[in-house]
Amino acid sequence: MSNFFNKSDLTRQDADKLVSETLNNCDDGELYLEESKSESILLDDNKIKSSNYSSDLGFGFRAISNEVVAYSYSNEISKDSLKNSSENLKSTLKSIKGTYNHEIPKSNKKFYKDINPIEQKTLNSKLEVLNKVNEFLRKKDGSVKQVTASFAGEQKSIEIIRSGGESLTDVRPLIRFNVSVMLEKNGRKETGVYGIGGRQSYDDYLKNDNWKNVCEEAFRIASVNLESKPAPAGEMKVVLGPGWPAILIHEAIGHGLEGDFNRKKTSAFHNLMGEKVASEGVTIVDDGTIDNRRGSLTIDDEGTPTERTVLIENGILKNFMQDRHNARLMNTRSTGSGRRENYRHIVLPRMRNTMMLSGNQTQDEMIKSVDKGIFAVSFGGGQVDITSGKFVFNCTEAYEINNGKIGSPIKGATLIGDGPSILKEVSMVGNDMMLDPGIGTCGKAGQGVPVGVAQPSILIDKMTVGGTKL
Amino acid sequence: MVKDQEFLKSKASYCLDLAKKMGATDASVTVGHSISETVNFRNKSLEASDRSDGLALSIETYLGKRRSSISSSNLLDENIKTLIEKCFETTKITPEDEFNSLPDKNLLAKQISSLNLYDETRFENDKKIKYLKDLEEAASSNKQIINTESSFTENKSNFILANSDGFCDGYKTSSFTTSCVAVAKDENSMERDYEFSSKRHLSDIKQASDLGNKAAEQTIRKLSPNKIGSEKISIIFDKRISKGMLSVFASAISASAIARGTSFLKDKMDQQVFVNSINVIDKPDIIKGMGSQNFDSEGVNSNTLQLIENGILKNYLVDTYNGKKINLQSNGRSGGTTNLYFENGNISYEDLLKKNSKSLYITETIGHGSNLVTGDYSVGATGFLVEDGEFKYPVNEITIAGNFKDMFKNITLANDLEFEYSVNSPTMMIEGMTVAGK
Repeated sequence: MSNFFNKSDLTRQDADKLVSETLNNCDDGELYLEESKSESILLDDNKIKSSNYSSDLGFGFRAISNEVVAYSYSNEISKDSLKNSSENLKSTLKSIKGTYNHEIPKSNKKFYKDINPIEQKTLNSKLEVLNKVNEFLRKKDGSVKQVTASFAGEQKSIEIIRSGGESLTDVRPLIRFNVSVMLEKNGRKETGVYGIGGRQSYDDYLKNDNWKNVCEEAFRIASVNLESKPAPAGEMKVVLGPGWPAILIHEAIGHGLEGDFNRKKTSAFHNLMGEKVASEGVTIVDDGTIDNRRGSLTIDDEGTPTERTVLIENGILKNFMQDRHNARLMNTRSTGSGRRENYRHIVLPRMRNTMMLSGNQTQDEMIKSVDKGIFAVSFGGGQVDITSGKFVFNCTEAYEINNGKIGSPIKGATLIGDGPSILKEVSMVGNDMMLDPGIGTCGKAGQGVPVGVAQPSILIDKMTVGGTKL
Repeated sequence: MVKDQEFLKSKASYCLDLAKKMGATDASVTVGHSISETVNFRNKSLEASDRSDGLALSIETYLGKRRSSISSSNLLDENIKTLIEKCFETTKITPEDEFNSLPDKNLLAKQISSLNLYDETRFENDKKIKYLKDLEEAASSNKQIINTESSFTENKSNFILANSDGFCDGYKTSSFTTSCVAVAKDENSMERDYEFSSKRHLSDIKQASDLGNKAAEQTIRKLSPNKIGSEKISIIFDKRISKGMLSVFASAISASAIARGTSFLKDKMDQQVFVNSINVIDKPDIIKGMGSQNFDSEGVNSNTLQLIENGILKNYLVDTYNGKKINLQSNGRSGGTTNLYFENGNISYEDLLKKNSKSLYITETIGHGSNLVTGDYSVGATGFLVEDGEFKYPVNEITIAGNFKDMFKNITLANDLEFEYSVNSPTMMIEGMTVAGK
């Protein structure tokens, strides 16, 4: 755990006093202190291309009254700097008075260990793995023309000091291992990318030479795409595979169920609470409590313990995801969803691990039921327009389905749909729910945070596929 | 106040001296300081204020052909010392790479001319509040607008780049950015659109009411959209989308993508990649330009480059490391393009709309559907159906798809180029793309 008070002239007593004095007449707020250590090591084009270590330290001071949020950050932790920030907050909120809410739920549960993954594996052994990846893939097949492999590791320590001196802390490890391979055959080039990660040490993910499986998967995706044909264009049935394709749920409905957009009534879902928004059998939760997952958090960035929030239960909209600010204004409680990229940013309600739960059907039944459509197995990124509800995501591995049988692979195409109605088009839910491999980063208002997704195979009756073949 | 050159220089030379003392054969360091103040409004009242004050330091140390780097926001001498030690320890065990080196000395920028990139005017938060009030008053004057969110950000930055070959320079920059996002609603739909303005100098920022009106107008016209059928149709890209084509092009001709062989424009030097009416220029010395620079992120002098001349690829964007790999000298593009633009076409905006009896006018795309390796392109889109030069009705929930190699050869540009951002394009028409809808 970082000690933020041995670095300058600022003592904990000074900080406590200044926080209480600043937030005394506000509805909420806190001093957020953060120290992060991170590394990234990249092998590319047969060489260790870069090896970077970075350390970051700073605070963000927030005061909220009524609907107004005042925020000030600095990476200089000192008496003067904190005082300046305090003055800044007071001047913004000078004419708005509030009553501080001291209540914050407590929990003893922890969902990952206090480790520093960077220190747990030597640089030499990381370099060795990257070189092995390069050698393995280039030896594997003559079509391999480019290999990129990387390690990214981080340890982030945070402390939240609330008015009255209450302090909440968390230490968050996070790693990611990624392999990208480009193949070239008969003048065609295609890439395949695969990665793994989460909140444990590198070796927890790499034991039993697991890096080989990551290589094989990246190679397999690239090989499939070398054979791909132009994708069809138009509305058709879509079968989604289990696991990572759940970014459909993240984009299509996840963002639309975040508290801020609903308080502001700019989400297509804001007036649908308690209504049927999905087919029967569709249940979706957002869960911050799964051990060691990329999207899991012991406490959120406001100090609230995370939880498993049921968003949609058997087709009915049950809950939005809330941080303290939006929860207060909507007369509800925080769901432990208040997150920020780092101390430079304000807290927003965000997703953690967003999951559609299993039903009873099999993927086989789904494929067999489709005359003409596509089977999408893996995706790149996605995006949503919260207000119109329209969302997209990009296939990185997909196949045609003709008369109940999987056909040729098709080129990467964008799928587009309408968030509030897409889940009503789900006609089969598989029994094969799977978590993603631990690679997701969600962007909102310029802030990226690590997230997870999960789903079983599903059949969507109607979606627009953005290929080139009419 | 943003830290002055003297402070940043002293930190930079402290780092270089320390790295040298530890045994580094070469080193380079960037020290920067940036102060930003933002005010956010929503529905005509104050929603948030945000002040940021950030120092940043990044150092690269070399031991012969070995290199590694560190970055930090903590500029206390003691912390810097620990980090440089760590950096140099890492350098020692990082494998050699023959292409690692500081830039050639004779390419470093020598004379720094003023590009007028800094406006010291302080726009107090009270003035930002007044501006946003006027802006939102205008934006919400139409009853169909049900929500407005706007912001004003003032930024002042300063930096020093120094290396062990004696380069040591930097300069202040400023930016003033304001934006408005509006939401409109009718009985059929709810839609969102935006408008923004970003300038080096405060006096160049658009009038608050003009910006608000524009945001509102662009949002309201999107209400009650239709989905259209799947077909091949000529597509007209609004300026705010057409400039994205230039960004894709720039990524595809970066020396890094070329050296790695992962670009659809590899081996195309001196060949026709655009239709022959197209010229693409990257100009670093535009006065007050949003992308203007005196030198690139390695200190290399950057001159104007004609990237495409009459449709033919003439230059890559070259940095030191990747340049050495493909036997080209750096042309001062480490960190990418500067002010990148298509030269004007020779047809007016109105005539472009009328060129085909039916076209699709795109105002927004969503998704990350550009594949730089294959050139395949497929994104979600919103826009308008245009018939005989007239906007008929809004269109959404469609995708547009093609391949850049073909798209670049089927471009027609209007003559309405303006220098608003760091990447600028006239309105663009591309024929032969596929729309997927119903």
